[in-house]
Amino acid sequence: MIYFLKYTKFYFIFSILIIALGSFAILKYGFNYAIDFTGGSVIEYRFKAKDVSINLIKKTLSDRKIKALSIETLDKNTFLIKTTPIDEKQEATVRKNLEGNKSIGKVQSLRFETVGPSLGKETVRKTIIASIVAIFGILIYITITFRKLNYGIAAIIATFHDFFVLIGVYALLSHFLGAEVDSLFITAVLTTMAFSVHDTIVVFDKIREYRRTSALSIEILANKALTETMVRSVNNSLTIILMLIPLVIFGTLTLKFFAAALLIGTITGTYSSPFIATPLLVGLEKLKSK
Amino acid sequence: MKFRFPKLSTIVFIALFFIAILIDLPKNSKIKPLVIDVSIFGKKIHKEFDTKLGLDLRGGSHLVFEADVSKINSSDRADALESARNIIEQRVNFFGVSEPNVQTSQSGASQRIIVDLPGLENVEEAVRLIGQTAQLTFREEASVSAEIATQSSILARLTKETGLTGEHVKKATVQFDSSGKGGPSVGLNFDKEGAKRFEEITGRNVGKPVAIVIDNQLISAPTVQQKITGGQAVITGQFSVDDAKSLAVAINSGALPVSVKLIEQRTIGPTLGKEAVEKSIIAGVIGLSTVILFMVVYYRRLGIIASIALVVYGLISFAIFRTIPVVLTLPGIAGFILSIGMAVDSNILIFERIKEEQRKGKDFDLSLKLGFGKAIDAIKDANIATLLVAFILFNPFNWDFFPQFGLIRGFALTLSIGVITSLFTGIIITRRLIETFYRSSK
Repeated sequence: MIYFLKYTKFYFIFSILIIALGSFAILKYGFNYAIDFTGGSVIEYRFKAKDVSINLIKKTLSDRKIKALSIETLDKNTFLIKTTPIDEKQEATVRKNLEGNKSIGKVQSLRFETVGPSLGKETVRKTIIASIVAIFGILIYITITFRKLNYGIAAIIATFHDFFVLIGVYALLSHFLGAEVDSLFITAVLTTMAFSVHDTIVVFDKIREYRRTSALSIEILANKALTETMVRSVNNSLTIILMLIPLVIFGTLTLKFFAAALLIGTITGTYSSPFIATPLLVGLEKLKSK
Repeated sequence: MKFRFPKLSTIVFIALFFIAILIDLPKNSKIKPLVIDVSIFGKKIHKEFDTKLGLDLRGGSHLVFEADVSKINSSDRADALESARNIIEQRVNFFGVSEPNVQTSQSGASQRIIVDLPGLENVEEAVRLIGQTAQLTFREEASVSAEIATQSSILARLTKETGLTGEHVKKATVQFDSSGKGGPSVGLNFDKEGAKRFEEITGRNVGKPVAIVIDNQLISAPTVQQKITGGQAVITGQFSVDDAKSLAVAINSGALPVSVKLIEQRTIGPTLGKEAVEKSIIAGVIGLSTVILFMVVYYRRLGIIASIALVVYGLISFAIFRTIPVVLTLPGIAGFILSIGMAVDSNILIFERIKEEQRKGKDFDLSLKLGFGKAIDAIKDANIATLLVAFILFNPFNWDFFPQFGLIRGFALTLSIGVITSLFTGIIITRRLIETFYRSSK
């Protein structure tokens, strides 16, 4: 048996540091919201010519009185342009004007998406409702499964821990790598919360099982349960991580950060069950018996 | 080792496995994928198993129009929207895209029409055609003095509705001037009632202009030379060929009972989708191989069995996708890839339990039995939360207070199909495999 719980302090400090860093990032940089939520347009162009200057694109847009929010290069001749909402006619004109430049030549429109601002607001509202329902659903489910209050509380705190770790780390990705908060990110957050419960259930199940048959202290039983389930937890997450990493590396723009969010979620979900939820449970149970 | 007849269920599993393979075969392979083409009690059943790709993967346009129903009585709104949907569907068919999808959707007070056009190239034209209300009317001079007339524009002068509208048009066609000089025009062929009215209108307006107005815009105002009988009229204007075509289609399909405004459009070119599919397949194959490698290295023979179960899992899930059929979107593929990682989970859980029981000194058979029994509870419990979230994300009843995003639905659907299938393959098939191969070689 390994005495995992001896280092409880370190686990908590580590988590607090990560969450503090994430909170700092959220407050300082905020998020990079996708057009799903803000409304706006996204255009992806592939040029025949290489190394077209961003300034040229910017100028072409401003000539048409279109405000470019950002222009970035995806690879040598592919550009991602974000603007305030424009319609398909404006996009076609921009394309024609770009093609009029000798240095650019043929322009292929890979993607053009526009979301009206009112729709964006509606999506935000609906996403919030869905998230609240999902979170409550998970909480009710945890309470029902564990019946005992302390188990439920510990699992819920661990779930929120994962929630905060994920959005905090994502804020960093958002700032430094341009990850966007879109509907897929919300999906990843909810999936993470579901995953988080997954691992906790396995550990708690084990602790409950031991408590029924043994009179030893909760601390020893929890250590025993952790020792028993650790390999399984790690292996289990490892397979999910092994599937997600190639997706982060090879996935297309939309998918990359979605997979990254799921990856962060899986890691924190695995971490929180033994290192946050279990020590919390032990603490709560000890408090009760005092 | 004694030879034993395989159990019946083993045969069922093997049959299932081969059916799954038959369904999964790629379309251009030597052996074609399964096609069911039978008739039972005179009912013909035809089913082809094909991978349905979403717009984000095959390319195409997703257009969301908001209908302005403010001028319509609330009791008639649903009807108006439905008829607008039908008209738009007719117009969409003009583009000849395969499997277009036009549906209505309600969100709070707003009524929407969602149009999916796979593989469409010219979005601009599609948006114009679909969104055109195409309210065609004929107007004549109001009986006011000619004094005002000289001072104001033609449209202001011609204010009196004649009662002849696009509804009276039997067929509209694009015509070209035989001399080839003028641009294209749109010929109208009136129905009986329309022909009668047109005759009356031209009869009482000889020497005066009659305006042809579409969506409150004056298209032309020819001066009537003589009474026209026979129910034929021509609209000339500064049309391009595309303009004329789209006008003819719009008039033919009828005027939209409501005006619509485009509020969302997502157009993905075919290249991007193709690249995305290729990249996802690469990612999936690499992921699967490393998972198998890991399982075999760590769990040895049990790992091999788990890997077989995993491949079976993949084949069956994919067969289910093709059977339902599930429209695969990019997030849907991500959901599938994720579910592969999760599918191994139940196996790991079971193996660790078996090992644990063995450590306690129990023999293999008993450990197997106990391990499975105990693990199943945990597996069931652990997956419910995932299914719950998937349910909310998929929003099967289309509740309008939840998001109704196609992309997320794809993810939720493949993930939940994955989770359910993995319960089956992870538990039942693994167990059968262990019983058949593992024990007999011990």
